[in-house]
Amino acid sequence: MKWGKSISIIVVAIIALIILSGTLYTVDQVEQVIITQFGKPVGKPVTEAGLHIKTPFIQKVNRFDKRILSWDGSPTQIPTSDKKYIWVDTTARWRIVNPLKFLQATGNERTAMARLDDIVDSATRNQITKHLLYEVVRNSNRKFTETELGVEIPEEIGEVKDGREKISREILKEATPAFPQYGMELVDVRIKRINYVEDVREKVYSRMISERKRVAEEYRSEGMGQKAEIEGKMEKELQRITSEAYKTAQEIEGKADAEATKIYAVAYNKDPGFYSFLKTLETYKNTLDKDTWLILSSDSEFYKYLKSIPLEGLQKEK
Amino acid sequence: MAYRKAGEGESDFPGYPSKKWIGLGIVGIIILIILVSTFYSVGPEEEGVIKRFGRYTKITGPGLHFKIPFVETVAKVKVKHIFKEEFGFRTLMAGIKTIYAPSGYDDESLMLTGDLNVAVAEWIVQYKVRDPVAFLFNVREQRDTIRAISEASMRQIIGDRSIDEVLTIGRIEAGQKAQEKLQSILDSYQTGIQIVTIKLKDVNPPDPVKPSFNEVNEAKQEKETTINEAKQAYNKVIPKAKGEAEKTISVAEGYAVNRVNRAMGEANKFLAVWEEYRKSPEVTRKRLYLESLNEVLPKIGKKYILDTEEKGVLPLLPLGEIGGQK
Repeated sequence: MKWGKSISIIVVAIIALIILSGTLYTVDQVEQVIITQFGKPVGKPVTEAGLHIKTPFIQKVNRFDKRILSWDGSPTQIPTSDKKYIWVDTTARWRIVNPLKFLQATGNERTAMARLDDIVDSATRNQITKHLLYEVVRNSNRKFTETELGVEIPEEIGEVKDGREKISREILKEATPAFPQYGMELVDVRIKRINYVEDVREKVYSRMISERKRVAEEYRSEGMGQKAEIEGKMEKELQRITSEAYKTAQEIEGKADAEATKIYAVAYNKDPGFYSFLKTLETYKNTLDKDTWLILSSDSEFYKYLKSIPLEGLQKEK
Repeated sequence: MAYRKAGEGESDFPGYPSKKWIGLGIVGIIILIILVSTFYSVGPEEEGVIKRFGRYTKITGPGLHFKIPFVETVAKVKVKHIFKEEFGFRTLMAGIKTIYAPSGYDDESLMLTGDLNVAVAEWIVQYKVRDPVAFLFNVREQRDTIRAISEASMRQIIGDRSIDEVLTIGRIEAGQKAQEKLQSILDSYQTGIQIVTIKLKDVNPPDPVKPSFNEVNEAKQEKETTINEAKQAYNKVIPKAKGEAEKTISVAEGYAVNRVNRAMGEANKFLAVWEEYRKSPEVTRKRLYLESLNEVLPKIGKKYILDTEEKGVLPLLPLGEIGGQK
């Protein structure tokens, strides 16, 4: 009897627990719930987090995330309006705003992803093909900061009218109207990656290489130019220094010569005859040597005494 | 197990029924479970976010806390920890000599620059949770979002800069701009994440283009070398020429001094002699003449004296000797 009582208490408790757990359900802070009865939605979506009540057994809780969710597209090859083929990889944020519609039109997140693939990819393609390559790459007309290299900007880059940010917004704008019917909202679309397709990339690489080679050549020729400049300056400087020195030296020497001439003139002018006599004697000393033949007449002043002794004349001379 | 223990208990303490032990055991386990789910500790770098029946109620700081078991749940968020995301590379093992994963993240690092060139950029993003409630409840794939938006922001910023800018002077600035961009987008999603820093670690030209970039650097060096060599030659030649010029002038000055001094000396000598000569010109002249001959004549090799009355020179001259000499 005692045993039977406790068994029945336990059975009642278990049944009560089952009913209770079928009646009460919690909604998490990040969830929104749709109650369905035999698959048919009942009442409004439950978005308030906390403890809630439903009819046990026949009603089912369908939980959906309330948060912003991620979608990452796969890269697509798209031509820009100037026929440049690029890989474009987009990423988007979205959320379930109408869980009832979402449940009916989409069902689950996997299907939602497929919808995003279709809609965002097509909007992306439409917008990219409408724009020039540099419009997609660039974001503004920001001037490049000059670097010492002085690399030229390719001619094809013109004035940016839209830019990447605006194109992203255009994609978002174009794609947005397609989502409410699925109970979804597209929060944001961003272009994650842009890359050249293989053969365009090759061309860009060879352009980059030739550009660098040009810059390198410029450096070399600048070097040679400056070298020539220095060498020219050196030659000029050299000529100047040498000629100036020569000029100064000549002037100094000339002045000295002039002064010497003046000194001689002043002195010798006192008695030109005597000077000429002295100088002639000196010249004899310097010019006559052992190879000289001297033929003198006995009439000469020097040898005149050789022939006769002028007794009278001597007296007279004295 | 519990039953066997209870059996042993029965032999130790006779009179106590084993059924009671089973009941106590069950109650003990239940109490233990309740205690474990009542108390929780929050680490020093964490904050606890408490939900009651799934609904957010409060935040608790570090330390030991209690909650209502089964009704309240706690999610711990590391709010002080700085998380790091790597782009274009992966650290395999951080350490004194950090090991990086071999290349293979080209998709992440290849990007187009504003001058339509291609750059390879590697960067890191450091972030922390600023608002744990927003972090938990607003965005589901937080890490994916940070990664995707980081790439989008970085490419947008690099897309507005020339390759030379991002390779050289603009690297730090580009990182800062990308950080601002990333933060503003994340704020628009109310992620509760704060970007601590974005650093462009390394920006390179793509591998096939690298040699030509190096060539530019080499050419730059070459240019410097060429100029330096020319300057060197200049510095070698010009000072020498200046010295030689000084020498030329000095030599001329020496010549001048010499010339003037000599002139003065000679002039003075002449004047001195002349001064004396003036006193008795006749005798002095004769004396000077004879003295000179006295000095000169001995040096002369052949001397012939002809008598004026004799006609013809020839008989006296030893013609053969002259011819022989010549």
